[in-house]
Amino acid sequence: MTYAAAVVRSDGFTPPGPGDFDLPAVGGGGETFELFGQSFVLGLTKPMLQLVLAAVVVFGFFYVASRGRAMVPGRLQFIGEGAYGFVRNSVSRDIIGARDFAKYVPYLFALFFFILVNNLFATLPFVQFPTFSRSGMVYGLAILSWVVYNGAGIRRHGFFGYFKHQTVPPGINGPMLILLVPLEFMSNILVRPVTLALRLFCNMFAGHLLLILFALGGEYLIFELSGWYAPVGLLAWVLFIAVAFLEILIQFLQAYVFVLLNAMYISGAISEEH
Amino acid sequence: MDGTINGSVNMIGYGLAAIGPGIGIGLIFAAYISGVARQPEAQGRLQSIAILGFALAEALAIIGIALAFVLS
Repeated sequence: MTYAAAVVRSDGFTPPGPGDFDLPAVGGGGETFELFGQSFVLGLTKPMLQLVLAAVVVFGFFYVASRGRAMVPGRLQFIGEGAYGFVRNSVSRDIIGARDFAKYVPYLFALFFFILVNNLFATLPFVQFPTFSRSGMVYGLAILSWVVYNGAGIRRHGFFGYFKHQTVPPGINGPMLILLVPLEFMSNILVRPVTLALRLFCNMFAGHLLLILFALGGEYLIFELSGWYAPVGLLAWVLFIAVAFLEILIQFLQAYVFVLLNAMYISGAISEEH
Repeated sequence: MDGTINGSVNMIGYGLAAIGPGIGIGLIFAAYISGVARQPEAQGRLQSIAILGFALAEALAIIGIALAFVLS
């Protein structure tokens, strides 16, 4: 048997797949039901607990940080104010504009830290599961964003005014409208929540899958295949650590991108002119 | 040689599909870096534009990986 054949032996290493993300219900239970041709677990699962935990952590931290408001901030208040100032100034005010941004700051602020804490759960020891690698959790956030930016636009322009604002590009008339209006409707109303959800979900999912692959592959090379495969397995574990640091960066970046795009969609919906 | 590779050809297709967004993201950040090098005070404005462009180019790769798992 050649070396190449030894590595790709089909009876040995089983690569991780999407099935690794199907966690059983916490504390037994585990009845399943069928919906849309897929089987779902009926009961409380780990991502659900993480959602609640993240909400409690974010609320608790900022409640404690802002309770003892002092003119000269302490360490905790300084961190809290810095975090608030980041979302308020460099996301909300710069994107939405100084006139209307104040109304949307609480939403964007809560959204950013909720997503950030949920993403960091992927790296946090003993939790080590990104909540948003379950697509259903992300669809909720995407629907919320969709309702918020469309609602903001409808409140500003009226129902038909808003649709005209989002679908009719300025300076276009005549037969080109037949081509452009459906395209703009697709892009601005239908596709936006889908890409918003898929971006966060796939980044968390693919990143975590990559980490599982490096960890399991390295383990297999070291312990199952002996000899010269062991150094390669050690290299895989070194890369595992490097990729884990890259993942921390991506977790922050995805929370930032999600909130930035939310701010941009709101800004586009309530703007007077394109 | 009896080596057989099991798996889905979708994954090779996804690898090919990721080339385009990879080039796109590289171009976006190259433009961002040279923009900041020319005019460092514009970094704040350029950063959000660069991140937005990165997110839009990345969306193609993201849709690709979703379809690689969905289509079978």
